[in-house]
Amino acid sequence: MAEPLLRIKSLCKSFGAVRACHDLSLDVHAGEIHALIGPNGAGKTTLLNQIAGDLSSDSGRIFLTGQEITHLPLYRRAPLGLARSYQITSVFANLSVEENMLLAIQAHHGHSFRFWGRGLKDPQLLAELGPALEAVGLSERAETIAGNLSHGEKKQLEVGMALACKPQLLLLDEPMAGMGPGGSIELSKLIRKLKKEMTILLVEHDMEAIFSLADRITVLVYGEVVATGSVDEIRSNPAVRQAYLGEEN
Amino acid sequence: MHMLSQFNRKTICIISSALLLALLPMLATLAGEPYLVSLFSRILIYALAAASLDLILGYGGLVSLGHAAFFGIGAYTVGILAHHDFEETALISWPLFIPGSDSGLVAWPVAILVSALLAAIIGALSLRTRGMHFIMITLAFAQMLFFFFVSLEGYGGDDGLTLFSRNTLPGLDLGDDVQFYYVCLALLGAFLFLAGRLVESRFGMVIRGCRESEKRMQSLGFPTFRYKLLCFVIAGGAAGLAGALIANQVEYVSPGLMHWTRSAIILVMVLLGGSGTLYGPVLGAAAFLLLEEVLSIYTEHWMVYFGPVMILVVLFARHGLFGILVGKENRHG
Amino acid sequence: MLLFIEQILNGLQLGVTLFLMSAGLTLVFGIMQVINLAHGSFYMIGAYVAATVTALSGSFLLGLAVALPATAVIGMLVEAIVLRRLYKKEHVDQVLATFGLIMFFNELTRIIWGRQPLFMDVPSWLSGSVELIPGIPYPSYRIAVIGVGLLVALFLYLMFTRTRIGMQIRAGASNREMAGALGINIRLLYTLVFGLGTLLAGLAGVMAGPILAVEAGMGESILILTFVVIVIGGIGSVRGAFIGALLVGMVDTLGRAFLPALFRMFLSSAHADGVAASVASMSIYILMAIILIWRPQGLLPAHS
Ligand SMILES: Nc1ncnc2c1ncn2[C@@H]1O[C@H](COP(=O)(O)OP(=O)(O)O)[C@@H](O)[C@H]1O
Ligand SMILES: [Mg+2]
Repeated sequence: MAEPLLRIKSLCKSFGAVRACHDLSLDVHAGEIHALIGPNGAGKTTLLNQIAGDLSSDSGRIFLTGQEITHLPLYRRAPLGLARSYQITSVFANLSVEENMLLAIQAHHGHSFRFWGRGLKDPQLLAELGPALEAVGLSERAETIAGNLSHGEKKQLEVGMALACKPQLLLLDEPMAGMGPGGSIELSKLIRKLKKEMTILLVEHDMEAIFSLADRITVLVYGEVVATGSVDEIRSNPAVRQAYLGEEN
Repeated sequence: MHMLSQFNRKTICIISSALLLALLPMLATLAGEPYLVSLFSRILIYALAAASLDLILGYGGLVSLGHAAFFGIGAYTVGILAHHDFEETALISWPLFIPGSDSGLVAWPVAILVSALLAAIIGALSLRTRGMHFIMITLAFAQMLFFFFVSLEGYGGDDGLTLFSRNTLPGLDLGDDVQFYYVCLALLGAFLFLAGRLVESRFGMVIRGCRESEKRMQSLGFPTFRYKLLCFVIAGGAAGLAGALIANQVEYVSPGLMHWTRSAIILVMVLLGGSGTLYGPVLGAAAFLLLEEVLSIYTEHWMVYFGPVMILVVLFARHGLFGILVGKENRHG
Repeated sequence: MLLFIEQILNGLQLGVTLFLMSAGLTLVFGIMQVINLAHGSFYMIGAYVAATVTALSGSFLLGLAVALPATAVIGMLVEAIVLRRLYKKEHVDQVLATFGLIMFFNELTRIIWGRQPLFMDVPSWLSGSVELIPGIPYPSYRIAVIGVGLLVALFLYLMFTRTRIGMQIRAGASNREMAGALGINIRLLYTLVFGLGTLLAGLAGVMAGPILAVEAGMGESILILTFVVIVIGGIGSVRGAFIGALLVGMVDTLGRAFLPALFRMFLSSAHADGVAASVASMSIYILMAIILIWRPQGLLPAHS
């Protein structure tokens, strides 16, 4: 079997006495949509934080396309093809929507030690700006200050910025939470479309969306993997039903 | 429509103040108050220092309480070069003989370079931290420099250095207050223009992003430290130029130029005028120095009133004078 | 050797004074997350009140007894009127407002007491010197300062480890949300912590009174040293402040005393004194820079 795009080996992370991630191993293969589910506090966000580099791990190793990234500083991970959206939206609240998007585009256009030309008039950047806004349905809102967007729109922008980075591996942390049914459906469509271009590790609570989108699912409880498998395998896994789905109903 | 009217108000404000400043020497002569020219030279110089601080404070979100260090070092560069030129002694005698200079074409660029270099060192250390740490550390390093110059007996120590005359520039007589005023005005104008381009460039976008969330910028892939450091260095260099000008204006340099209260006053100017606007600090510098001038006519204890005014500004007029004039921009925070 | 021990004691004396200043301020920084530049003003107020009361009554102890509650009360008033409104603001606003406080207090003391510095006498019962170590006479007053400083350190240590309020303060310093969740009355706690901090600053000011000139602006020079101590020790950590204060006190005092001799071994004496003076004046900042490179959060950060 081909080398997985993302390989996590025995990762551990504790906050004081809380074991948010314990001896966790996981492979994500190129081209799949891999869903990560588990009750609140299971350690999903903590795992994404460690993959993306927002948090350092206590022990264990993380590989992206075979290259170890465990100790790589945050800013060196994006150039390797990693991008993420945050559960708690963290768009740049005082910048406009287009400026937010522009920063994400600018990030992979070489260095930004350019002091003269206006960023908002840079043809190279603008060429990508339109489609990037279009992709998440924010073309109309380009000049709005991001802090004034509705919660759902912020989430869209957040996802859009991650996409604008053109990653190999996209980490999405509950992108649909608080979006409303219309938005969720739109986003599901978008994610399905993105599948052709990138691999996605998706944290989500919306089970319907998960079951319709995911190729494989990993269930996390108390920082440990309870099960990994196809949608059907997870659905019928008794341990999962008891530990997780049981709680939901 | 709203955007347009705001844009117009801003343009009108800037154009009319530029006009006022351009005509000031004439107005001062008409009013029979030639003293105003040197007061306004001082305002322009502090405006330059404040606008340079605004680059890191308003756009970068870095609260430096040590900006006067660069201001002072720029002034001392001019002072020391002039001192050696006047005494006809060597600035450096080994391995090369380097004399002093009284030429602005030499002294001013050197002042910019020296203060930029200093900013690189202080920035490299202090930018490792953030928030309260950053404030205290920039403050401490500036005080270190203050004490260094106090103990530097060779250059006057506590008493400072008196310049024999202002620097020379080809074709100009800086000794003439009006000519000196226009040089200050031109340099401030040039800085505001360049800085205005800078904050809208790709580089400026990165700096503004760092102000919002440095971590988010890093997660997008920006090595933020380098950008912030360069911004700090640029601001330091510009403050050094302001220092070079103040040395010329008063023909005297002393450690007091880099005392931390001076840093605080430059910061006050930025906030009084409105941070993150570049033009606001110019307004802030003018307001502060004019207020000081006027209040001290009535009472030597003007600070007892000014202190509480500053507290009120913080509590009730957070967007500064520029915000009041131009209309509060529709931004968060 | 004699000189060395004397300088060690001088360093200790500066160290405990800095500890009194920084213990309260580091808590204010750590707990309220507010940068307070006006802490030195309470040092000044303490010194002025004590100098005035002592001059009027002839009793240093009475001066001390009036100055301490006075600074604490003024501190708590300032907290209630100004500082409290700054907790949720940005650091830059806090800097601006507390700088406004400094201007106000400095000018107010000039209005009340004039521009001439006041001088405070060492109380007669502490004016001699004692031989703590045989053969080394040292001024009793300075020994008393060291003693008081160490006693306060012990008192704070006991308070933070043995009493309920002390533990609440510590909980607040390391985790604000947690302290709130535990049902601690945050507002009152903040005022009390601020009052404690200004009381200690006032105490430092009173004790410095007979050693230094009492004048407007005297708070600022010690404020910067206090910042260096806090940066070295780690924001929010009283133990860090203690270690930082002693380090800064020693390095500064010993640097000034012995660097000239050290440099004379390499340079001509005229040069040596100049260089030594410069290096000595920068020594604590160099110390701070080294510690920053090594541990950017300080020696004993409270938040880790
Ligand atoms: N920064 C942190 N400090 C302390 N505890 C944390 C921190 N982040 C997460 N935790 C704890 O780690 C556990 C996992 O949290 P998280 O990864 O956010 O879970 P999930 O995203 O699955 O809901 C929780 O018990 C949470 O309280
Ligand atoms: Mg989560």
